[in-house]
Amino acid sequence: MRKIKEFVIEKSLLSSALVTIAVTVGIISVLAFEAFSFFQEVSIVDFFTDTQWTPLFTKKHYGILPLLTGTLLTTFIAISVALPIGLSISIYLSEYAPKSFRKTIKPLLELLAAVPTVVYGFFALVVVTPFLQQFIPGLSGFNSLSAGIVMGIMIIPFVSSLSEDALFAVPKALREASYGMGATRLQTAFKVVVPAASSGIIVSIILAISRAIGETMIVAIAAGQQPRLTLDPTVPVETITAYIVQVSLGDVPHGSLEYKTIFAAGITLFAFTFLLNTLSFRIRKKFREKYD
Amino acid sequence: MNVIMTENTENLNTEDKIAEKYKLQTKDVNVFYGDFQAIKEVSMNIKPNSITAFIGPSGCGKSTFLRLFNRMNDYIEDFKMEGKIKIDDTNIYKNKIQLEQLRKQVGMVFQKPNPFPKSIFENVAYGLKIQGIKDKKLIAARVEKALVQADLWNEVKDNLNKSALTLSGGQQQRLCIARTLAVEPSILLMDEPTSALDPISTAKIEELIHQLKKEYTIIIVTHNMQQAARISDYTAFFYMGELIEFDKTKKIFTNPDKKRTENYITGRFG
Repeated sequence: MRKIKEFVIEKSLLSSALVTIAVTVGIISVLAFEAFSFFQEVSIVDFFTDTQWTPLFTKKHYGILPLLTGTLLTTFIAISVALPIGLSISIYLSEYAPKSFRKTIKPLLELLAAVPTVVYGFFALVVVTPFLQQFIPGLSGFNSLSAGIVMGIMIIPFVSSLSEDALFAVPKALREASYGMGATRLQTAFKVVVPAASSGIIVSIILAISRAIGETMIVAIAAGQQPRLTLDPTVPVETITAYIVQVSLGDVPHGSLEYKTIFAAGITLFAFTFLLNTLSFRIRKKFREKYD
Repeated sequence: MNVIMTENTENLNTEDKIAEKYKLQTKDVNVFYGDFQAIKEVSMNIKPNSITAFIGPSGCGKSTFLRLFNRMNDYIEDFKMEGKIKIDDTNIYKNKIQLEQLRKQVGMVFQKPNPFPKSIFENVAYGLKIQGIKDKKLIAARVEKALVQADLWNEVKDNLNKSALTLSGGQQQRLCIARTLAVEPSILLMDEPTSALDPISTAKIEELIHQLKKEYTIIIVTHNMQQAARISDYTAFFYMGELIEFDKTKKIFTNPDKKRTENYITGRFG
């Protein structure tokens, strides 16, 4: 009887693991299959070199570059906001803050990541953009700047929380050695602790980038939906994710070439996030070896 | 030289005479962690260029007492200290004292080798660089001198840019000693510096400590009674936060005054 129970439990645990893998494999194969049939009709060279993305217009162009630059531009702005703020927070919490303060503030910060992204999107559109327009006269109602800034605020906890874990994991003995030679707290933090935690900090940044690249709601609401090959942060752009939303919500006929574009765009997005996640996994593995 | 000076200057009062004779003095020192009293009324004077060993069972307060001399306990929450500790006649627990200055003068070597995850050269140069020394030639010279003093130079001189973490445990500990010496302190605190090392590395470090005595005042905490007997000039026996006996090492190990010291040394408890 007991043996049967053990058997059932073991198999059900195994099957839930298998289901997860099956779903992942399913998603990837659907992506690959639809993208493959897209590339039967559109040359892959055009896809990567054409500078226009107009699959929904009469004069059709299938160049992913405008969507890609839109994605990278908003991501870059987000990281420029999240990196300095997130790192400062993590260094303060790990090296300076009293224990009790650290314990209260950390979960509060992580709340930032729990705010629904649609709220952030409207915050960018109706608060940040009008505010920025007071200083930047030419700023359009939809722009990558405010979307990027708000996305940066959203990913602060990704940077600060993971970096703080990495900094805190640096052995106390290293700090003592530094203090013991007459180093100040600031010198110890920047010359010993941060370098020792560098791989953990890099992982946190990569994960934050990955999160920003995949972020949809904020950019769909606040950055606009005009695919445009530009690095100007004040004009509307469209990211890969925002495009996918746009087409999924519209009345594009199922199975048409327009419909298949979202899979081509999707697989490009997937390639990026997959690469970043693999990279962070590799770095994390190396990081673990270093302290064991 | 100290002796001559004391004899020639007759108008010095007694306290000043003591100050010249001793490198380090503690008077009525109490340490508390919250409600727990870790050190009870310890007074002790330590002569320059001597090796003093602190012995006693685990939790007796010997490490806590050692870490008072470079104020390393300051980072522990609820730490409170009473009494006086003087180095070269300066009270190091005065508010005005600069921790960074104090720690340049009082170097510390820890129980486990704790090199920075940097190159061998950078490890030794660290203490100089944080002082703002930029002269590369001077840094290189001081790094070499420190590594020679720590008896590590011949083993690493061709690999100064290699990560310090590639060294063996014994080499790492000598690197940590070199790193401390590069700052040119006058007192060396060693908190069980050989407890994580094999016998051969231990012998090397003990030999090194013996040589360093010429230039430094050394205080070493050790669990190893033979080690204390081998290398130290003076031995202090701590028990439950109290200093039970402090005398010449020879006397402590052959004819201690207190019964408790004798029991501990002969291995009857602890």
